[in-house]
Formats: sequence, structure tokens, C-alpha cells
Amino acid sequence: MRTIDLGSTSLRELNELLHKQTSGTNETQWEILNPRGGHAVAVGVDSPLNIDIKGSVGYYVAGMNKQANITVHGSAGPGAAENMMSGKVVVKGDVSQYAGATGRGGMLVVEGNASSRCGISMKGIDIVVKGNIGHMSAFMAQTGNLVVFGDAGDALGDSIYEARLFVRGQVKSLGADCIEKEMRDEHLELIDNILKRSGLNGVKPKDFRRYGSARKLYNFNIDNADAY
Amino acid sequence: MCGIVGLFLKDAKLEPRLGEFTTTMLSTMCERGPDSAGFAVYGAPQKGKAKITLQSPNADADFAGLTAAISKAIGADVSLDRKSTHAVLSVPADKLQAAREALRTGHPQLRIMSAGESIEIFKEVGWPTEVASQFELAKMQGSHAIGHTRMATESAVTTMGAHPFSTGPDQCLVHNGSLSNHPNVRRVLAHDGMTFETENDTEVAAAYISWRIKQGMNLGQALEKSLDDLDGFFTFVVGTKNGFAVVRDPIACKPAVMAETDQYVAFGSEYRALVGLPGIDGARVWEPEPATVYFWER
Repeated sequence: MRTIDLGSTSLRELNELLHKQTSGTNETQWEILNPRGGHAVAVGVDSPLNIDIKGSVGYYVAGMNKQANITVHGSAGPGAAENMMSGKVVVKGDVSQYAGATGRGGMLVVEGNASSRCGISMKGIDIVVKGNIGHMSAFMAQTGNLVVFGDAGDALGDSIYEARLFVRGQVKSLGADCIEKEMRDEHLELIDNILKRSGLNGVKPKDFRRYGSARKLYNFNIDNADAY
Repeated sequence: MCGIVGLFLKDAKLEPRLGEFTTTMLSTMCERGPDSAGFAVYGAPQKGKAKITLQSPNADADFAGLTAAISKAIGADVSLDRKSTHAVLSVPADKLQAAREALRTGHPQLRIMSAGESIEIFKEVGWPTEVASQFELAKMQGSHAIGHTRMATESAVTTMGAHPFSTGPDQCLVHNGSLSNHPNVRRVLAHDGMTFETENDTEVAAAYISWRIKQGMNLGQALEKSLDDLDGFFTFVVGTKNGFAVVRDPIACKPAVMAETDQYVAFGSEYRALVGLPGIDGARVWEPEPATVYFWER
């Protein structure tokens, strides 16, 4: 296992080392010490590494991740796993604003709470939050799944496209064009599959309610012309 | 961008180290606010005394002979403790208004940074760690401190445009964000007798809180009202003689993280600002909710 201490190694050196790894690498286990709230830790990794970050991090941890399994043993600042392509990012604590924003694939698991704008503009990522999510989450969410064990804040799913939102607790309010939808067997199976992949348990798929797009904002409605 | 740090001690044993902790916290926020920096330190009040923190770009000339001039003008002994471009003038508490008046009429070139029983504010243009060492922040003691590193958006990079802003006795406010209705609020406040030193939006927020406190509200109530009346982006951290408060606007774009232990409450724009605090690994760490007032008093 490679251990990198950010107390003595610069962030650039760390990220360069991680970027140099290719899919055949034997050095698959990485441990990062003393992140001390630093920014952009393990951003842009593109190989199947297991990376453990021992402590809390700042902005953009694991951004643009491809293939790697990255675990933050602490909390993360804004933009955790932003634009993730594949792989899995687990945050043991809380995450700040816009976690998983624009993510195209892979899975983000937050074991604490997520703040505002979680999953904003998500495009295929699966996000599982064990706690609550803040306001304006899943704004303009396009595809992918957001599974929340706790509550959602104001304006969930505002201007949503085809992402699926599953919330077990209370939703404070729904955003424009977001509505509650019927839970069918296919959705229960989907949640079951996501939960298994997340490694989290203790909840049942039938405890969740589904929210998605009413599809009324997709096309311009000529009756609304006066509003412009 | 801007960076904010704040530390409100509950455990008096840490008070000798307030300045040291605040220096470390401020040093992590340099990139967020490279234009200027400032801090308010609340030290132990001295019985029967009040203090006024002054600033001058021509400190040598302006502070020479000031003690004698003010003593004579108000008919009481005063003392002056100079720190670089700033100096803390200590006066009998019942002569505070007279001293302010003597400064205003006889020494209009001096800028008043703060006045009160406990507060001292130091702020200058420059890289934050250099500003902190210019005033020897690390040696300062007290019960609470609020620091700010500024990346200017709404007004000029000047000493007076730096934060914290103080618009009432022992009060101060720092701000990350920008207000969009500050000219209107300024007009309302000015009409009601509040005065302003700058064209800065944050000064309007500080004056707004002072105005509400003057009307009889406590700090918590004043901040609740600010959510109705101030429009724009803000994370505010506010200090009073005994109080420490945090509020964010309803959109809450401007970052904020807090930590609390039995020994202190701490605020940082980022977690980086908090990592050097004692016992942080065991602290309760959370992101303050939007449009929610957090308020501590001792």
C-alpha cells in the first residue's frame, strides 16, 4: 500500500502520482493522510485504485473520478465527486453544497447529511444519502438516481428532466415541474439494487416515495407566450 | 470570495491563546481574500474604562501628542497604546462620547475603527498573514474574535473598505457575499440618523444590525429581521460585547462551517480554518442552515 502524507507531500505531487497509475497497476491501495480540509484531493483519477483519505477534505474531492473507489474518512466540502464518470466515492461524514453535481456515472454514497443542491444537473450518477439533503437538490437533474434515507429540503427536483428521486423522509417542498409518482415493482427492484451496491442497509425499498418530472416544461407552451 | 473566521471561547482557560488561534485560522483563508484583512478582538473590559481604536495613514505624526490633546479636551487622563497604523485610546467610560467628539472636531484625519468597553478592531490592505503580524494578533487575548480576508467586489480596496465594520458600541460584523439593496437600506437608515463612513455594502448591513439593536432588539432578533430586509448573498458573522452570531441568506451559496466543543464555538468559511483548533476531532462540526440565526451569549 502507498501512503501519502499531505503534511509533507504537495497536493500536485499526490494528484500527479494518482494520474500516472494505469489500469494494469499493481499499486492499487492508497492511503492519504492529513488532508486538513485541503481542496481537490484525488481529483481526476482514471484507474481502478482503492483510495482511503484519512480525514476531512475541502472543495472538489474526487472530482471527475473514473474507475477508482475513493473513501473519505471524514466530511467533505463543496463539490464532492463533481462530474464523476464511474467508480465509487464514499464519504463517511457530511458533504457540503452540490455534491455529485453533473455526475455522469458511478456512485456517490454519503453516510452523513448532504447540504444544498445535492445532485444538481446530475446526468447518470447514482447518489445515496443516509441522512438529509438540503434545498434545491436535483435541480435540472437529467438522468440517474438519487436515494435519500432522510428528509429533503425546499424545491426538490426543480425543473427536473428524467432523473429518479427516491426519498424516505419528508420533502419540505417540490420544485417546479417535480411531482410525486407511483412506485412500481421496477422501482422497488431499482432501489434494492442501488442499496446493495451502496453497501448501506437497514431500510426497505418500499419505505421510499418516488418523485420525478411532470414533463410540463419540456416544450414551449404557446398559451404561456404572454409571460415572455 | 472572501474568508471569514470566528472563535467564541466558552472556557476562560483558552483566553490567553485567542490571538494565536485566530492567527492560525486567518492564515488558512489568505487565498479567499488576498486584498485586505481585519479582525475584531474582544478583550477583558477594564472597570470604568472605554476604548477607541484609531487608524491613521500618517500614524507617526497623528498619534504624537494625541494623549495630551484629548486629555485636555475632555478633562481626564487617557492613554494610548499604539500598534503600527492603529492605536487604542483608553478613556474613562463616562468620557467616551466626549472623547469621540474631541477626535471628530480636533483630529478629523483619524479614523475610528471601533469604540466600546471590550472591542478592538484592526484592519489594513495587504496579505492577511502580514496584516495579522503587523498588529501582533498572535499575542492578543480575549473572549472572542472575528477575522476576515477580503476579495473586493462592491467597493474599493482600502483600509476603510476592509472588514470588520463597527457601527455601534462593541459591535462588529463581517460579510462574505454582496448585497443588492444596500443603497435603499442606506437611505432608510441615514434618514433615521445612522451615519456611514464608506460606500461599502457591508457597512450597511452592520449599521442595519446596530439600528435594530438601538430599537431594543437583541442580536438574535436583529438578525432575524435582517433576513426580511436585506437582499443579496451573505454569510454574516457578528460580534457584540457578550455575543457571537452567524446567519446565512436563504440561498446559502457562500460557504460556512461551524464547530462546537465544551471549550468554544468556531466559524470558518471552510473546514481548513478549523483544523488547528484544540479538540477539533471530537467537535460537533456542521454546516449552518440557510436563513437560520445561530446565536451564543456568555
